Amino acid sequence: MRRIAMAMAAALLLAFGVGACGGTGDDDTADKAAGAPAPKPGRLEPADLTLWVGFSAPRELRVFKGAVKEFEQLNPGINVKVVGGISDDKLIAASRGGKAPDVAQSFSADNAGAFCGSGAWIDLEPYLERDGISDDIFPPAPRSYTQFKGTRCALPMLADTYGLYYNQDMLEKAGLDGPPKTVSELTEYAKKLTVKNPDGSLEVVGFNPSMNWYSNTPANFGPMFGGKWVDESGKSTLGSDPAWAKLLTWQKDLIDWYGYDKLVKFQAGLGDEYSTSNAFEKGKLALHVDGEWRTAFIADEAPDLDYGTAPVPVDEDNSDLYGGGYTTGNIAGIPKRAGHKEQAWALLKFLTTDDRAMVMLSNGLRNVPTTASSAKSPDLKPDPKFDTFVKIFENEHTTTTPITAAGSAYQELFNGFVNKWQAGRVSDLEGGLADIDKQIDAQLANVEGGQDVP
Amino acid sequence: MSLAPASDRTGRPSVPADARRRARRRAQWRRRLTVLAFMSPWLVGFTAFFAYPLVSTVYLSFTHYDLLSPSRWIGLANYRYLFSQDKQIWPAVYNTLWLVAILVPLKVMFAFGVALMLTRARRGIGFFRTVFYLPALAPPVAATLGFVYLLNPATGPVNGALGLIGIEGPLWFNDPGWSKPALTLLLLWGVGNTMIIFLAALIDVPKHLYESAELDGAGAWRRLRWVTLPSISPVILFSVVIGTIEALQLFTQAFVASTIAAGSASSAGDPANDLGYPEDSTLFYPVLLFQQGFRFFNMGYAAAMAVLLFVVSFAITLVIVRNSRRWVHYAGGGT
Repeated sequence: MRRIAMAMAAALLLAFGVGACGGTGDDDTADKAAGAPAPKPGRLEPADLTLWVGFSAPRELRVFKGAVKEFEQLNPGINVKVVGGISDDKLIAASRGGKAPDVAQSFSADNAGAFCGSGAWIDLEPYLERDGISDDIFPPAPRSYTQFKGTRCALPMLADTYGLYYNQDMLEKAGLDGPPKTVSELTEYAKKLTVKNPDGSLEVVGFNPSMNWYSNTPANFGPMFGGKWVDESGKSTLGSDPAWAKLLTWQKDLIDWYGYDKLVKFQAGLGDEYSTSNAFEKGKLALHVDGEWRTAFIADEAPDLDYGTAPVPVDEDNSDLYGGGYTTGNIAGIPKRAGHKEQAWALLKFLTTDDRAMVMLSNGLRNVPTTASSAKSPDLKPDPKFDTFVKIFENEHTTTTPITAAGSAYQELFNGFVNKWQAGRVSDLEGGLADIDKQIDAQLANVEGGQDVP
Repeated sequence: MSLAPASDRTGRPSVPADARRRARRRAQWRRRLTVLAFMSPWLVGFTAFFAYPLVSTVYLSFTHYDLLSPSRWIGLANYRYLFSQDKQIWPAVYNTLWLVAILVPLKVMFAFGVALMLTRARRGIGFFRTVFYLPALAPPVAATLGFVYLLNPATGPVNGALGLIGIEGPLWFNDPGWSKPALTLLLLWGVGNTMIIFLAALIDVPKHLYESAELDGAGAWRRLRWVTLPSISPVILFSVVIGTIEALQLFTQAFVASTIAAGSASSAGDPANDLGYPEDSTLFYPVLLFQQGFRFFNMGYAAAMAVLLFVVSFAITLVIVRNSRRWVHYAGGGT
């Protein structure tokens, strides 16, 4: 019995030893060597590549395969297998062991901090430099969400940009001319366009200011008031930048006008955001902030809907911000375990910097093209409703959310606070925001290396 | 008598003592190896799926580990953050303890009550047993989706029916005061497994005990209190312990309900950002642990949380089992 116990103790120790290796078992020196590309080859060696994308619908995958086919024709001997429906969980698992793809695309720019900071995706700077490509070809926002602390491990591959959708019929019936441009106009429109049932419940909501419902998030609403997330040292500024308190006060006032409970009940009765019962498509919302992809959804699911698109309305005190908005997007990179880095770089470069590929993807997927030149391309399928978003994307006031080592943790902490606030369970807004700043900074310090925060 | 080695009764020269010892040792080793060989499936399973993860988790809790790069020793920093800085921990601990305090007793009583009724049924016993057991077979995600639909404050049939009798139903999964009770209803509905165990225990109570109690003039309540409950007390202990551990680990239902009820279930692939909706009321400890480990790239901290959960589960179970000596009676006279 004692021997068995000893054998088990030995097994435990062995397990401890393996665990102590840190779980990844990767060789750091090899990774560093992989960061330096060889001189640009004249012609690429034949190879079989794998491209992992988050897109999963057959229609979307067909678009990707079409662009990849172009690449294959330009580079004979290189075959690319496109695998769809890849989540970040799968990407992370593949980065730690097993078979990694040659090029990976993620929907979450928020995770660029983890991919770049850990070295899970290789530094692309040496490749860009070698091939004479400047990252100036991307507007500032996508340039920022594809790198972390000076390491550029990703390139933007199509962006999502948020703007205001308005139901043209409803506006006309209410005698309103054109979309609201300021926050007071938005409030006025929202009230005018709201239709109540005889029992007081909400039939149509002019504009739903509830956060964390559909695409309503602090990130999407922030640009309306010019809210800044962090200061130059990377510390959270939700409390110190008065824009956030102003945004939340306006938002809560409008919620109270509807009645919080009534609004919650109204929301619960609506269809899922990504279904054919989407509330804007069903005429349950007159005004709504959403991403550019909605134009494709409406064309497909509610072709008869008479609607228009515009930049989000802005606070009167910051009227120069009008035209901008929030943008984030897909990021793509080369996992450090990729087998054919040179060929992978060629594919990544083609999909993210070649105007033809960019236009093809944008036309097919109806996401905003991410290079400044492709956004102006005459081959971009003309659609004034979609163009609004291309313009927002190019606007100098368009912002994105900061990239951190903890993904979107800071946004989620803020979301949690906003949920309590809008339900009327926060009495001291300023104090609450300052407290959230502290929590965010402490959380980030813990994620970035476990150091204590005073 | 000579002490020199002598021939044994067969007449063959006897084997020297050390050779005999060697042979015995060999035989012993063989026996041990055989035992080990028979135990090896369990040993391998235990080591790979329990001991290794457990030891590894304890180790990782002292490190900074982002899932992507090698872990780095940081001493007690994760524990310091856990106990002094993470403000999400306390709502999560409260929610989880709420479940232990409310759900576990309700679950035991409900399962016991249903089982008791089923032993009394005169007709259709098989049918009723099946009906009450069936919910336990529903996959947790599907069951949760079903409940979120049934309890939808605007379109759900439950509030619809309440409306018919003039009661304005609550917002259920959309109200922080009602979300945990709504989850409790869901978990009580799926109590079939516990119920079946109670049913088996109730049927097992020796009939003669009831008969003699009845002869002594014991009414229904006294028979239940002094015959049934003591007889099935080991099963009550079992369901309390298992129920507690399950409550401490509740994840799937809370994850699904909060994401769907928040109305931002996204097909765009971004991580669910409504865990705990509404207002952290469904942010249970394992949900926060998942969020830290897999969403915030903070696996070292998640490991520290897991260690704390392990210690607390162990402590609660120990207290229950210690305490049970006073009220659990095992058949055969043991206490």
